[in-house]
This record gives sequence, C-alpha cells and structure tokens, in this order.
Amino acid sequence: MAAQHFSQPRSKVNDFALKLANVNGTGSSSANNLLMRSIFRMGVPVSGKNLFPSNIQGLPTWYEIRVNKDGHVARARTYDLMVAMNGQTYARDIAEVASGGFTMYDSSWPLDRDLIREDVTYLGVPLAEMCNDEFRGPRERILMKNIACAGALVAMLGIDMEVIAQLLTEQFAGKDRLRESNQRALRLGHDFATSHFDYPLPCRVETMDATRGSILIDGNTAAALGCVYAGATVAAWYPITPSTSLMDAFAKYCAKFRIDPETGRNNYLVLQAEDELAAIGMVLGASWAGARAFTSTSGPGISLMQELLGMGYYAEIPAVIFDVQRVGPSTGMPTRVQQADILACAYASHGDTKHVLLFPANPAECFEMAATAFDLAERFQTPVFVLSDLDIGMNDWVSPALAWDDSYVPDRGRVLDAGELRELEVYHRYEPADSESVAARTLPGVSELGAYFTRGSGHTIEGGYTEYPEEYQAVLDRLARKHTAAAEHTPAPLVDQRANSSLAIVTLGSCELAVQEAIELLADRGITADYMRVRGFPFGAGVRAFLEAHDRIVVVEQNRDAQLRTLFTLETPVPKEKLESVLAYGGYPLSAEDVVDGVTKILGG
Amino acid sequence: MSTLCAGCGHDSVTAAITHALWESDTPPHMIAKLSGIGCSAKTAAYFARGAHGFNGCHGRMPPIATGASAANRDLLCIGISGDGDSLSIGLGHLAHLVRRNVRMVYVIENNGVYGLTKGQFSASADVGSTTKRGEANHLQPIDPIFLGLSVGATFLARGFSGDKRQLVPIFRAAMAHRGLAIIDVISPCVTFNDHEGSTKSYLFTRQHDVQMTVTDFVPPAEEISVTIPTEGVVSIPMHDGATLRFRSVPEGYDPTDRIAVMEHLMSARGRGEIVTGLLYVDEQSSDLHELGNTTEKPLTQVPYEQLCPGSAALAGVGFR
Repeated sequence: MAAQHFSQPRSKVNDFALKLANVNGTGSSSANNLLMRSIFRMGVPVSGKNLFPSNIQGLPTWYEIRVNKDGHVARARTYDLMVAMNGQTYARDIAEVASGGFTMYDSSWPLDRDLIREDVTYLGVPLAEMCNDEFRGPRERILMKNIACAGALVAMLGIDMEVIAQLLTEQFAGKDRLRESNQRALRLGHDFATSHFDYPLPCRVETMDATRGSILIDGNTAAALGCVYAGATVAAWYPITPSTSLMDAFAKYCAKFRIDPETGRNNYLVLQAEDELAAIGMVLGASWAGARAFTSTSGPGISLMQELLGMGYYAEIPAVIFDVQRVGPSTGMPTRVQQADILACAYASHGDTKHVLLFPANPAECFEMAATAFDLAERFQTPVFVLSDLDIGMNDWVSPALAWDDSYVPDRGRVLDAGELRELEVYHRYEPADSESVAARTLPGVSELGAYFTRGSGHTIEGGYTEYPEEYQAVLDRLARKHTAAAEHTPAPLVDQRANSSLAIVTLGSCELAVQEAIELLADRGITADYMRVRGFPFGAGVRAFLEAHDRIVVVEQNRDAQLRTLFTLETPVPKEKLESVLAYGGYPLSAEDVVDGVTKILGG
Repeated sequence: MSTLCAGCGHDSVTAAITHALWESDTPPHMIAKLSGIGCSAKTAAYFARGAHGFNGCHGRMPPIATGASAANRDLLCIGISGDGDSLSIGLGHLAHLVRRNVRMVYVIENNGVYGLTKGQFSASADVGSTTKRGEANHLQPIDPIFLGLSVGATFLARGFSGDKRQLVPIFRAAMAHRGLAIIDVISPCVTFNDHEGSTKSYLFTRQHDVQMTVTDFVPPAEEISVTIPTEGVVSIPMHDGATLRFRSVPEGYDPTDRIAVMEHLMSARGRGEIVTGLLYVDEQSSDLHELGNTTEKPLTQVPYEQLCPGSAALAGVGFR
C-alpha cells in the first residue's frame, strides 16, 4: 500500500488535542499515560483527562490529551485527532473531530460507511491483526493492542522515540520481559505508521523547554502529602469515588515517612470507618483529644456527615474535610466532575451553621491548602472544608514541583497546658473569647483543672447546659463573629485587573485554566475582562472590593444552581443584578469555549 | 447533680462507676467520658468531674471514642450509652467498635424504652413486654451480648443497676481489659418501664436474674491468695499485671469459651432468664493500636518535627 499523504493548511505544532476512545478494563490507561508523560518529558505543556465510567469493565472510557505551547491545557471540546478504538461510541467520537482532523481506527475490521466524514482523514491501523500475530494469549493481545496503538501515535505525533524508550525502562525496571513485549508492541505500531502514512501529522509535538522544574501529579496525591506535612496523625474515611486515592496516598506516604526509625512503630493511624458518619465522628474525637485529624470524601459522604458537622461547629471542635466533588445529586455520576457541594458545605448541618471553605484550583494548591486547612481548623476551632474536585483530584496535572517551607510552625490555636491552667482562677471552655471570638480549649489527658463537658446541646458562654434564650443566643452570636473573623485568614483571591475593565469574570477551583484561556480568546474578539478566582470562604476584603469595583460580573462555575454566585449574594453586599452566570454541569471538565460562548451570549454577541 | 428521675437505675450505675474509679486510683484527667444522646448520655456528666466529657450525637459515641482513643491511647475512655443509642441508631457503630477492639469501657444502660421521648419501645424490649398503657412489643429484641459474641467482642458482661456489689468488680476488670469491654446493665426506667408487664422492671429483673459468674478483680500490686477462697476459682491474668478472678455459678460455665458461652446464653434465654456476671472474656486479642502498630506514645505527643518529612523529601515526589 502506498503511503497516505495529507494536506492540512495550518501547522498545529504543540497546539492540538487528541482523544482516545476505549473500552473500560482493557488496560488502555498505561498506554495513555505513556503518551502524556512522553509529551511532558519533551518539555511541552500538556494535560491528560481521564473521562472514565463508574464501572469496572465494559463501558466506554476516554482519555483526552491537550497539548498547548502557551499552557492553555484546559479541556478541549473538539479534537484534531480521534483514536476511535471503541465500536460502541464510534458515531459520537467521530462527530467530535475538528474539521480537517484525523481519526485513527483499528482497520482489522472495516469501518462502517455511515461513519465516514468527508472532512476527516481516516488512518486505519490493523492493531488486532498485528497483535494476534505477534502475541499469545487473549489478555496480552488486548493489552499490547493499546501499546501498539501508542506506537502508531508516537510516529504520527512526532514523539521522541528515545523519550519513550527511557519511560519504558523506568516503568519496567526489573521486569525485562514486560519491557521487551511493550517495546515490541510499540515498535509494531510505530513501524506500521511510518511505512503506511505520511508522518508526522500537522498536529504534532516538538521539543520545548516549558516544563522544567515541573512535575506531573494529581490533586489527591498532593492533598495527601499536604496532610502528612501538616502533621495529621489520625485519618478516618469511608471509600468513595473520587476521593479514595487521597487516603490511599496518605497511607502510602505515611508508610514511607511516618515510621519511627527506632521502634518501627507508626506515627499515624488510618481508620477505615463503617460509613461517613463514623468517619467524621472519628475525626471529631481525635481532634477533640488533640490530634490533627481529617477525612476525605465526596458529595454523598458530605450528606451523611451533616449532623456531626453541626456538632463540630457548635461545640467548636477542629476538623478537616477534603471533599473531592463529583456529580450530584444523589448517586449522580460518581466518575464525573462538578462543583456542586459549595452550598452544602458552606452551611452544612441543621440550624444556623456557617463553615470555612477552601477552594484549591490545582494539585499545588491541594498540597498548600492542607496545612492552611489544619491551621484554620485549629485556630478557629471549627470544621474546615477543602473543596477539590474529580478533575483536580484524579487527573495528572503539570504542576510546579511541590515546595515546603521548613520554617512552617503549625497554628494549633489557643490550647492551654497544665501550667497555664494552674495560673487561672477558674477555667471555662468558651470564656473568655479573644478578639477573634475564640476561647482557649483544653485537651483530655493534660490536667483536671481544664476538664469540661463538651456538648452539642444548648450551652452558656461558659459551656454549661442552658435552655434560656439570652444565654443560648450569646453563644450563637459569638460563633457568627468568629466566622466573620476567619474571613481575613482564608486565602486571598487571585486577581488580574490588568484589563482595567468594568466587566469581570469570577470563578473558583478547577475552572481556572479554562477561564484564563477564555479571557484571552475574548480579548481577541475585543471583549476585555478582569479576573478573580476566589480561594476561600468566608470572603475577605479582597473579594468584596473586587466585586464592588466591577459593574458587570460573570461568575463561572460547574453546577446548575449558581452556588458561588448565591454565596456572593448571601455573604457580601454585592447587588444581585450585577452578577450573571456561566454554568457547566454536564460532568466533563470545563472548556474555554464553554466560557466564551456563555460570556458572549450574556453580552448579547 | 443528676437531672434524672428519682430512683432511675442510671444513677445507681453512676454510683458503681464512681466506686470503681475511686478504687482504681485513675487520675481524673486521664479519663475521657463519652456519650451519645438519651437519658444514659446525661450520666457522663455525673461522675469524675475532673475528667473531660464528650456528649456527642445520637448513636455516634463509638466513632467519637474511637477517634479520641486513636489520638491518645493513654486515655481511659468510658462510654455511657443506652439501648436506643447503641442498639437502634448506633447499632452499626457499636458492631464496628467491637471489630476494632477499641480499648474502652462501654456501658449500655439498658431499660428497653425511650425515656426522653416518653415511653416508646427500644430495640432491646422483649417480645411480649408491655408499655405503661398495656401495648405489647412484637419485635424481636437485639441483645448486645449475642451481638458482641458474633462479631468478636473480647469482654462481655451483664449487670443490674440494683446490684452494685456485682457491678463494681466488673467495672474494675473492664477498665483493666486490653480492648473493648461491653457491660450491658439492666437499668430500669422508673417513669416509663417499671410497671407490671415490663420485662425490664426492678421486680422482673430481680426475679429472673441468674448469675453465671461471680467476679473479683485483683489489682497488680495485691497478693492474690490471701483473702479470697480459691475453691472453684479461675484466675485470668490481665495485660497490666492485674488478675481477673471468677467463680462459675452453673458448674462448667467457662467465660473464655465463646461457643460454650453462646450455647449457655441461648438456652438461658429460652428459659426466660436474665443472665448476669462476667459472661465472656478474651485477654489475648489485639486492640486497635496493636492492630495499627501505632507508636507507644500517644499520637498527640509525637512532636511535629517527627511528623513532617521536611522539604528535602519532596525531591522524589511526582513524575518528572
């Protein structure tokens, strides 16, 4: 067969997106990772997003790689290259190919005529045939089909074979047989592509130097490390997608960093609870006794924790809760992303409650905000939520290498020791409060002079039981003041007002990359906007000032009900009329195009 | 001061706990008192005033105690619960507390009824037992001793609030036990469940109480053989050097043989007996911290410098 030649007008060197469509459970993820990591090693900004099903085997799964020399690696909505390896989703996948783009498919079987698009070039690689000839056993044939496919992509995308070889050497260190079969499969695909097609494609990778000093890491791993560094010793959890890998990583890093060198004993305890009610109960018990304790969960777990979260708020017990958000309500879509727990966390539990929230946007912030969360939880003696999400938590992100300041001293808040207690005439748990409306606590096991009775029932400012209105209200009012005081301690928003525009786009968390890219795209169209990403609640002066300074504010978030916008209207003086929304809540990570479309529509464009 | 009804069994349990604590010489600040919600939960406020207390949410005391014990293994955690708290809303937590063998004393003040909400049956009410108004319970009761036996409990006892002499040595042994000690105390509710027709009344309990063992607790420092007759007495060494001694009342009752205990209790239940005494003990199984291989020092006392790996350790983190 003669080499297939392609003409594509625009060079897409280091600026393209590809999508790999596979069947879940066929081992495609290691081939996907290989591609993403090799692009990263070539110094090119890249993202890899795993759109996986809530399933162990059989349902469709996708992996999206976006390569962008300027660092715009939010999710793309259309693809220059589709690797269509799943018959179940051919039609849907091929529809997503950009005009002038390419589709690679397994030509061991003929392609359905109905799926042929005039404006798309088809690259048939007989992967199943080649692997059936080359490998024995059904499992190896299926696994190696993915690697052979990666080999063809390496050729078509211009990925450096030396980089790939090095990755395989690292991945299969000490497993020579596996490395050899992987290399053979890779070569098989590569050689087929180079002898049948005009390679590389216009969308291809060229070596850059834009990832030096960066690492690939997922947010759950980074958050877990943050907890290790923050000094957390007790962790309690119930397995739930997509937060499970956070606790797995915590246990892994503790096994590495937290074994006492002299005794071989563990300086930590991970408790796999019977449910999320128990998990938060364990965290409250451990924090009450003086440990830094946390749990990791997702939306359904937050729902189950409500009652005890209210107790933590009212009895003033520190707790750190990582909520790796997924799609709700109810079971929702466990493997898809949303930012829809904002209000559920801000006001978790019955009665008047208000909590402290942190909004990391990337793995580096997951790492940093872990220590911030423990500091705030102990300083303000209250539950603190870190609202990550599935996209941040489970996908690998190009991140600056994690950095730790060795001069960090944990803020343990006001805790009296035995000596301080001896100097007091009498100790009351909730009195006197300081300028931030926080009173000193004591820990069990220290001194009987600090003994008190922790209760979720009505109590006086001293901590005794009461049912009198004025005594009850005095405590509730102090808790409100305490929450207000926390506003100046939550991380300041990230603000870019270079456009000096009266229009602002405000967002949070994992929307950041898409929104920043959208602001550039809008600027190209003559629409300039200032930018703010909020990073914590209660909102500090920086957030209020930004909202006040802009006439028209578009709030971009990933939920149906505009929860961040609602929180602004409830908790800042901003007039409701100034706020508009761009909302994405289908479960896939946000794209810049979603934001551009939304903003353009709002502006009547 | 207790705000329970005059004559409430719970106040007698409090007295027995106070007595056992006084005998044991445990410094109050090393005690953590934990409870859920209900009449039972209040009693944690009525003893050991020099100890921290935690009156949590309904049914959630076991996980809170697990957390406290995880953080500071030196605390003597005393959990006070009731039949609603432990056998209905918190049943799952109790079962898992047993599985983890968290070292604590877990008292169930069992009266078969919801007092604070005025007299509904609880999950421990016997079939045929009646409310004050004469309505009979038709649902099978949950017996915490059977539950404990089936999920691996290491210390199970039952007492009667009206028999302090039996309770005090059991509480003392429970405090010395390495692991979870469950003491189910029949503690009549004088307001809602002490009438004729109730199987958790003072009268019914006295009439049907059958002791399986007579227990004596000998602290580490004391000589065992001096004061107590040794005829038919079995001694079990406890982890801290104390000795648990018991004499079986029905001949051959062996509280270390799980299967035999199960059989005995099953047949006693068939006869309508309320068996009391130390019913099962296992001093060999590992507790929460042994299973977790945690450091001997309470985790709350490990200095931060030993917990933080430092910036240099980040060099190997992430894919590069």
